[in-house]
Amino acid sequence: MGSGPFALFRWQKLFSDYRVFAEGLGVTLVVAVLALLLALLIGVALGMLSSSGVKPLQAIARVYVEFFQNTPLVIQVFFVYNALPTVGIMLDVFSIGVLVIGLYHGAYVAEVVRAGIQSIPKGQTEASRSQGFTYIQTMRYVILPQTIQIILPPLTNQAVNLIKNTSAMAVVAGGDLMYRADSWASNGFLSYGPAYIVTGVLYFLLCFPLASFARKYEEKLKSRDLVQTTAELAVVEEVVEC
Amino acid sequence: MLSVFSDIFTGPNIRYFLFGILTTLEIAVAVVGISVIFGSVLAILRNYEKLVLGKLAGIYIEIFRNTPLLLWILVCVFTLRGGTPLLRGSLALTLYTSSVIAEIVRGGLNAIPKGQFEAGYSQGFTFVGMLRYIILPQCFQKIVPSLMSQIVTTIKDTSFLGQVAITELFYRSKIALSSLSQSVTVSSAHVFTVFLFVALIYFVINFTLSCIVRAMQKNAPA
Repeated sequence: MGSGPFALFRWQKLFSDYRVFAEGLGVTLVVAVLALLLALLIGVALGMLSSSGVKPLQAIARVYVEFFQNTPLVIQVFFVYNALPTVGIMLDVFSIGVLVIGLYHGAYVAEVVRAGIQSIPKGQTEASRSQGFTYIQTMRYVILPQTIQIILPPLTNQAVNLIKNTSAMAVVAGGDLMYRADSWASNGFLSYGPAYIVTGVLYFLLCFPLASFARKYEEKLKSRDLVQTTAELAVVEEVVEC
Repeated sequence: MLSVFSDIFTGPNIRYFLFGILTTLEIAVAVVGISVIFGSVLAILRNYEKLVLGKLAGIYIEIFRNTPLLLWILVCVFTLRGGTPLLRGSLALTLYTSSVIAEIVRGGLNAIPKGQFEAGYSQGFTFVGMLRYIILPQCFQKIVPSLMSQIVTTIKDTSFLGQVAITELFYRSKIALSSLSQSVTVSSAHVFTVFLFVALIYFVINFTLSCIVRAMQKNAPA
């Protein structure tokens, strides 16, 4: 037994404090779900702007995507936590997590959606516009439903990255799983070993099923409709590297 | 407003930031360089799923791809012995990035027609010789844009190292702000200027890289 980094008493302590980890996991999960919803909302909106063919709208989407994709999430979180309160905008860490992680991944989802829309032949848009559909209706009823299966794998991978990135909340003491595990380990008996193992396993259990689903679904798509789908997937994959 | 600028952009502060940029870039380049080698080995092994080593490579990749980077930074910095925190933190970033690059390389390998392998073997190439002269050159040509995008991601990821007091750019911006508060009354203008300045540095570096990637993708033969 002794007092090594993985000594039995450290595990006992961890399991008696399981609430710390359960609450952290809860925060991580809720933030991930809400941030994902926000990211999807932003992503679909911006993806449609990018494909609208209207220059100023495309520029707005472009600036947004470039800004969020080319600056670190950690800085964005830190900025909202430290700089915004100086001009009177106070947000609690939970809202900061949802907002910033949602905005950040919204940029990536926007690129996925844009690539998905691109993968649908232009004739479809022209046909539905000629039938009197507005641009929004064309997207809503004709284009977007067709993109779903093609963008589902990259979107799922985005969800995995988003879950992992909730750990950026730890930078501002966000109460998420990573933060709670780390502060539990450093405040108690320095039980880093067990704390990190449990944390790693919990994240893995959240992410691995999603990542596996994305891979299997993509393989299924490729095997079912070889020529067209593979070409569409290639279009989507080219844009989505993050 | 001018006094805010003269408070922040003093000679020593500018040097302080410059060294932060340098540290960030050095870490990112070293990490991606080593990860390309390690990731390629992992990718090649993973294609041989029946071998024990192939299975281990698969397990390694899945574990690192499905857990957060920050976890590995904390693990390496707080539980490993030896080396500096900078070295241990960079090790964590390398272990993590290797798993991502492994999947990029594997994508490149899988895009090479099977006939190339068979042709190589039939010409008497050894396995390593074939990879070295036939397969990998074609593979890397295909994945250069993805690897460049990975540099952008890794530059952004280095900011997680600031969490364990490694003096890269993000950490230095925090320190610069807190040392500023000892000499002047820090206003919101100070805080905004420092963070927007630091964000701008990351942006300029990464945006330049992103533009290069896009230009390469446009020029690449389909």
